[in-house]
Amino acid sequence: MKTGIVVFPGTNRERDMAQAFRVVSGKAPQMLWHQQDNVDGLDLIVLPGGFSFGDYLRSGAMAAHSPIMQAVRRFAEKGGYVLGVCNGFQILTEAQMLPGALLRNAGMRFLSQDCHLKVEGRDSIFTSGWKHGDVFRAPMAHGDGNYTAAPDMLDRLEGEGRVAFRYCTAEGHVKDSDEHVNMNGSARSIAGVLSENRRVCGLMPHPENLTEEILGGTDGLPLFTGIMEALG
Amino acid sequence: MTTAPVDIELARSFGLKDDEYETVLNIMGRTPSLTELGIFSVMWSEHCSYKSSRLHLKTLPTKAPWVIHGPGENAGVIDIGEGLAAVFKMESHNHPSFIEPYQGAATGVGGILRDVFTMGARPIANLNALRFGDPTHKDTKRVVDGVVRGIGGYGNCMGVPTVGGEVNFHSSYNCNPLVNAMTVGIARQDRIFLSAAAGVGNPVVYVGSKTGRDGIHGATMSSAEFDSESSSKRPTVQVGDPFTEKLLLEACLELMATDAVISIQDMGAAGLTSSAVEMASKGGVGIDLDLDHVPQREANMHAYEMMLSESQERMLMVLRPDRTEEARKIFEKWELDFAIVGKLTDSGRITVRHNGTVEADIPLGPLADEAPIYDRPTVPYERQPALVPPADPCGIEKGLSRLLAGANGASRAWIWNQYDSGVGGQTVQRPGGADSAIVRVEGTNRGLAMTTDCTPRYGQADPYIGGAQAVLEVWRNLTATGAKPLAMTDNLNFASPENPRIMAQFVEAVKGIGDAGRALDFPVVSGNVSLYNETRGDDGSVTAIQPAPVIGGVGVLDDVRKAVGLAMPQDGELLLVGETKGELGQSMWLKEILGREEGAPPSVDFAAERRNGDFVREQIQHGAVEACHDVADGGLIVAVAEMAMAGNTGCVLEKGPAGLPEHVYWFAEDQARYVLATNQADAVMKAAKAAGVPVSRLGRIGGDVLALDGVMNVSVQHLRQQHGSFFPRFIGQEEDDAPVVHLDEIS
Repeated sequence: MKTGIVVFPGTNRERDMAQAFRVVSGKAPQMLWHQQDNVDGLDLIVLPGGFSFGDYLRSGAMAAHSPIMQAVRRFAEKGGYVLGVCNGFQILTEAQMLPGALLRNAGMRFLSQDCHLKVEGRDSIFTSGWKHGDVFRAPMAHGDGNYTAAPDMLDRLEGEGRVAFRYCTAEGHVKDSDEHVNMNGSARSIAGVLSENRRVCGLMPHPENLTEEILGGTDGLPLFTGIMEALG
Repeated sequence: MTTAPVDIELARSFGLKDDEYETVLNIMGRTPSLTELGIFSVMWSEHCSYKSSRLHLKTLPTKAPWVIHGPGENAGVIDIGEGLAAVFKMESHNHPSFIEPYQGAATGVGGILRDVFTMGARPIANLNALRFGDPTHKDTKRVVDGVVRGIGGYGNCMGVPTVGGEVNFHSSYNCNPLVNAMTVGIARQDRIFLSAAAGVGNPVVYVGSKTGRDGIHGATMSSAEFDSESSSKRPTVQVGDPFTEKLLLEACLELMATDAVISIQDMGAAGLTSSAVEMASKGGVGIDLDLDHVPQREANMHAYEMMLSESQERMLMVLRPDRTEEARKIFEKWELDFAIVGKLTDSGRITVRHNGTVEADIPLGPLADEAPIYDRPTVPYERQPALVPPADPCGIEKGLSRLLAGANGASRAWIWNQYDSGVGGQTVQRPGGADSAIVRVEGTNRGLAMTTDCTPRYGQADPYIGGAQAVLEVWRNLTATGAKPLAMTDNLNFASPENPRIMAQFVEAVKGIGDAGRALDFPVVSGNVSLYNETRGDDGSVTAIQPAPVIGGVGVLDDVRKAVGLAMPQDGELLLVGETKGELGQSMWLKEILGREEGAPPSVDFAAERRNGDFVREQIQHGAVEACHDVADGGLIVAVAEMAMAGNTGCVLEKGPAGLPEHVYWFAEDQARYVLATNQADAVMKAAKAAGVPVSRLGRIGGDVLALDGVMNVSVQHLRQQHGSFFPRFIGQEEDDAPVVHLDEIS
């Protein structure tokens, strides 16, 4: 499997992401600079977290128009796999490669704490490392993570099994209106979604930061082992 | 901008004393130009010259075999093994953070980050030590909210995890909060970059953001007390842009991987002036600057404004001439300004040209050598007599509950939950998990432990103990994780040194820091002094802050997997290491329960600290300890409760020794003590006896209540609720003015 991690000016979780892939594959992914427009030969492109272009204007808005995103879009249209985490998720929605948008957190403050996620997405390499309905812990670190979309789009996402992850309690209960569970106020507690072909995935929390016991646990590891098993 | 003639009046308004202005006239042999007067005034400000503190700072211990660079560089550098170095420093941004909390705190973080990456290190952690006014004071909420948002806004965007720190509330900080920010970075020992310029003829290069009119005379403002006019000084506060700083960090580190850089200095306080003067002075060369080439954000800036601007996110470098184009390409890639603004000369002078006119021409030697140094008078400090322990008015359970729910004992989770503590992917212990934050050194199994501490109420009562105890508590917090403490940085926050009583506080505190550092082989490798932290009321009265000699410490773990946290495990025994005489003077219990700040603070015993700490570290390294927590604010019962709350586990405690009233035993703040959770209690006790270390059994872990025979029986869940209640209530309380939301800070 060949993985590329896109670096925009202001990206800051590319090293975390590279480390998580190294933990499962022993191989360091390739870093891709935002101005390059060729992504040939890759199996997976990752848009990591950070503050691309300072997140000035809107989170992810400027990055969505950078040269590499044209290449990423073509890559996805040809069936390539794309994962966006945190700022990467914001960029994918701004680029309209995923539906919906990420608004400011409901409490109007940056949130940096662990949340629990319920695995709901089906038929996707991004959820295949877990069993359907599994609950795992992941750190979140964002100011704009409040997912929203038009009601019919939310219905469609749910109907098509494209809600990849949902915020929940440690026991797996989803509570949309509980600020301690659905901390950023996301519509229907949605933390991550899949594209129509299930090959593009975006999520707000950071499984890449929980991939070793010494760093607080391995709850995030199945994301990477699932991808590895699928793409070899 | 002023158009007043340069004279003694203008010099006074720039903060120069009359005799200092006389010296300027003697050095120049003529009336200085406006730009020259500006340069002298900022270089000779307290903030830049350390004129009141320098004599005393010289007495601090700064050497050890593992110290690579001590004070005098942008940050301290120590050997952490495997050819790597930790680079760290703490710095204050107190005055700006009162005037404009968000930007003041944000640019404080930005400044200390630059100090560290200027030296070639990648920043791996931020910490911050904060002191705010009384929570009931009308302005405190504004300051807390702005400072916390500012620290988060900057650090989060930079991608440097904010992993630790401390917060105090006290009325002496009502109009003068303290914001001390610390950054720790890691560099290769053979790639440390210093500021001394070298090579006559070599180009002087400006990189980073453009220069604007923000922050002019910031260093001067920070060298004066506050009065009711202070809010009019808002234009002297700089505005931060963490995105640009992130680009500057990456560009500088990319450039430093080449051999292009001869020397480099960030533009912090006093901007272009201090960076140019310091680089040239340290290198023993002259420097010519042509301001026409300085990237400018605003039109028609005067030389005086450009030389004194404190616009953020800028660096000055001396490059090898044959590498200039290579360097330019790197900065263009990162979309940052890059401009050759001058060259090094053999003149021994700083010469500043603008629009074809020489605006400043000053001999560097006298500018540095004849900078004022004051041996300011002191008066003997009146120490308080030992406290006669008062009776317990409310019982231990209620007392504990009140301490945990009070501003100074409450959980800080509300604050650290706004700081990204995991970015970088190396954070082993996040805030609240251990006595120190622990970050793994990327690509190794080593870890760095780091923490900050200070107990101002001790220093108010006895500044020598205040200084010493801050060092001891930092050393203990590092030790309690299993780390070997290596070195410290100090951030000395005091009121006016021109008041002999305050100067005495300063001198005593520095003595205390020095003695403790020497006793523990724990040298000071960097630091910062912030004076004039006081407020003049409209009636002429002066409120001085409680002195805060804040210490930041770094320790190393050869194997980070051996580190322990403070969370109580599910079973085992609790042991107390160290002796309890029952020192309640200046304790948190006395202040919070009885409203009294009285008595002598707990005594310090360097030999006991070292013996007890070395024992605890050894036991952790042997794997005999499951969790460890030092005993500090609130005493033994608060330490045990914090361990229980972190582990969500209860325990059954044994009563204290006969001869000490129960509340004195549990709330006293005797130093050199640790609580250990262990499954090998007998072996640990035996080892302690052999080492001559006092140790006693505290109780047995288990259940979900904190129980003390017949005295206390409280559920850990209840304590957690109490502990978490303060901040949401404080910040969420209804007010007419809703909290200000800053548009630039959140995403």
